Amino acid sequence: MQSPLVEKVAHYLANRARWGALEYAFWLVALGSVFVCGGYWAEYSPLFANRHLILTEIAWLALFALSLDLILGYAGIISLGHAAFFGLGSYVAALLAKHAIVNEPVLALVVSGLAAAVLGFATSFLVLRGSDLTRLMVTLGIALIMREVANQISGITGGADGLQGVVIAPILGTFQFDIFGHVAYVYCLSVLFVLFLLARRIIYSPFGLSLRAVKGNALRSSLIGISVDARLVAVYTLAAFYAGVAGALLAQTTAFASLDVFSFERSADLLLVLIIGGTGYLYGGPIGAVIFKLVQDQLATIDPQYWQYWIGLLLVMMVLFGRIYGGILALAILIVSYWLHLSFFHCAIIVLTIGLGYKYIQQGIKLIDRRIARVLHRLRRWRWNATWQEI
Amino acid sequence: MAGDLIVSAVLQTEGLEKHFGGIAAVNGISLAIEKGARHALIGPNGAGKTTVINLLTGVLKPSAGRILLEGHDITALESHKRVRRGLTRTFQINQLFLDLTPLETVGLAISERMGTGTQWWRLVGSKSAVTEEIVEILARFHLTDVMFERTGNLPYGKQRQLEIALAIACRPQVLLLDEPAAGVPDAERHEILATVAALPADVTVVLIEHDMDIVFSFADRISVLVNGALFVEGTPDEVARDARVKAVYLGESLNA
Repeated sequence: MQSPLVEKVAHYLANRARWGALEYAFWLVALGSVFVCGGYWAEYSPLFANRHLILTEIAWLALFALSLDLILGYAGIISLGHAAFFGLGSYVAALLAKHAIVNEPVLALVVSGLAAAVLGFATSFLVLRGSDLTRLMVTLGIALIMREVANQISGITGGADGLQGVVIAPILGTFQFDIFGHVAYVYCLSVLFVLFLLARRIIYSPFGLSLRAVKGNALRSSLIGISVDARLVAVYTLAAFYAGVAGALLAQTTAFASLDVFSFERSADLLLVLIIGGTGYLYGGPIGAVIFKLVQDQLATIDPQYWQYWIGLLLVMMVLFGRIYGGILALAILIVSYWLHLSFFHCAIIVLTIGLGYKYIQQGIKLIDRRIARVLHRLRRWRWNATWQEI
Repeated sequence: MAGDLIVSAVLQTEGLEKHFGGIAAVNGISLAIEKGARHALIGPNGAGKTTVINLLTGVLKPSAGRILLEGHDITALESHKRVRRGLTRTFQINQLFLDLTPLETVGLAISERMGTGTQWWRLVGSKSAVTEEIVEILARFHLTDVMFERTGNLPYGKQRQLEIALAIACRPQVLLLDEPAAGVPDAERHEILATVAALPADVTVVLIEHDMDIVFSFADRISVLVNGALFVEGTPDEVARDARVKAVYLGESLNA
């Protein structure tokens, strides 16, 4: 005996975690990239061919960003030191391979992740204390400490020279890493996909819902019986595991680990990836990683010396005018300045002018948005009418 | 004084104190709230009513004194553990999850109570007992028409209903209501008050309210707080007849 209302709610909840068309599309494109971007069909698609090396980087960066999204987007913990876990995972994976402690990469990956999770669990109690600013400083401090520890124990880590002479065994004893990154990419993408599925499952579970509640209102959460601290410790530890695995992927695919795995830039870039991709819907990390790496790659080709200028400009424009319009504006400035051979001085004037005209540009954007919305609305209605008439 | 238990009191405080810097917001309050009571806490602004609720629910730590729930000392217990022992509250200013739907909000409280809130391998909605109870509670608080909407987008009256529904979903033995009708327009006010009046009789309710009509129609016992101390306690008749209360509290509000 179920009332129709209960059935309606059950139906709604059952659909809550259903895969959307865009999600299928995303992973199909990712799967397609394995074939299209490999070396096999190079003559048919010269534009995309032989891109597995950068795609490998994108895959582990996506996992790393997914890790930060778990704590930032779902639990509201902001971190400027996520590289601490990434770096630990990286060094553990490299050391396990170098000293032949755990030879099989997948197993080593899990061990590295667990090592990072232990660090995450231990430091989570520091992160629980205080506000956002405190958390920024504490996480930053932990990453700095980790870096100096790795620098200090150079007998184990190789210090500033990095850990040399790492040889990675074949995956599952069968697939040997190649110099084109074909195996590496399939490996990283598979790991990303599996851990993404796990994260997705967790996010749509009662535990995941309670995380969003804690993020939304920690006071009320504790007054409906949620042990806020325990939930935050749990998700922080989980995120550390993910970051550790991402770091281990870097170490395994490059057969190297160096101090820059702990660097501040790595943590800061990670926040940038999430700002580009967005937080709290799981795809922000992967999408942000794709855009960040490709933009970085293209800019480094166009402007090898000053490409970071353009990354900075992109960030400022995105924050001011939203992801899409900010991106378009930054791209427009880039094109115009190269077309007219403008100097940095001229570019700076353009940027300042945009800053001064902020209000007017915002109004223009709103106007465009309204036009687009109207067109989309008509399009939808037109389609609906068409199908309705057919019936 | 300590250890002197009154068996029928479900919630009891002994010499409860809270100091903020040099100011004593709550200054030695000893309350005993009977099981199933409708107990009102009244007093002029700044009398320490909300601070008492904050102390009782563990939002604030007392500077001195003890809190007993069914004879057990809960003074050092964290908020969420007090909720599991059957003590919860609503807030004067809504404390809701604005990005979640009423459906998810109530579901959260129910699954926490059932102890399934930490399950990470199961999808939300796969337990039909939870689903049925969500619908039952939302229907009781007239929220089924907005249950799929984002809480932040709901009208204030609906949010106020959800505020109480959320506390009820914890199935409390003792429910502390901090001005449940605060800020609600008169038209929707009676709806909220009807919900409060319809709370199960075995639930002990402690009510903070400024509206004397509500207090005297609802409460079977009233404690008057003034300047952080217990001023007078008694039945509504006794309090209404008390000359000192008239002078200090009612007189003041008449002058205002």
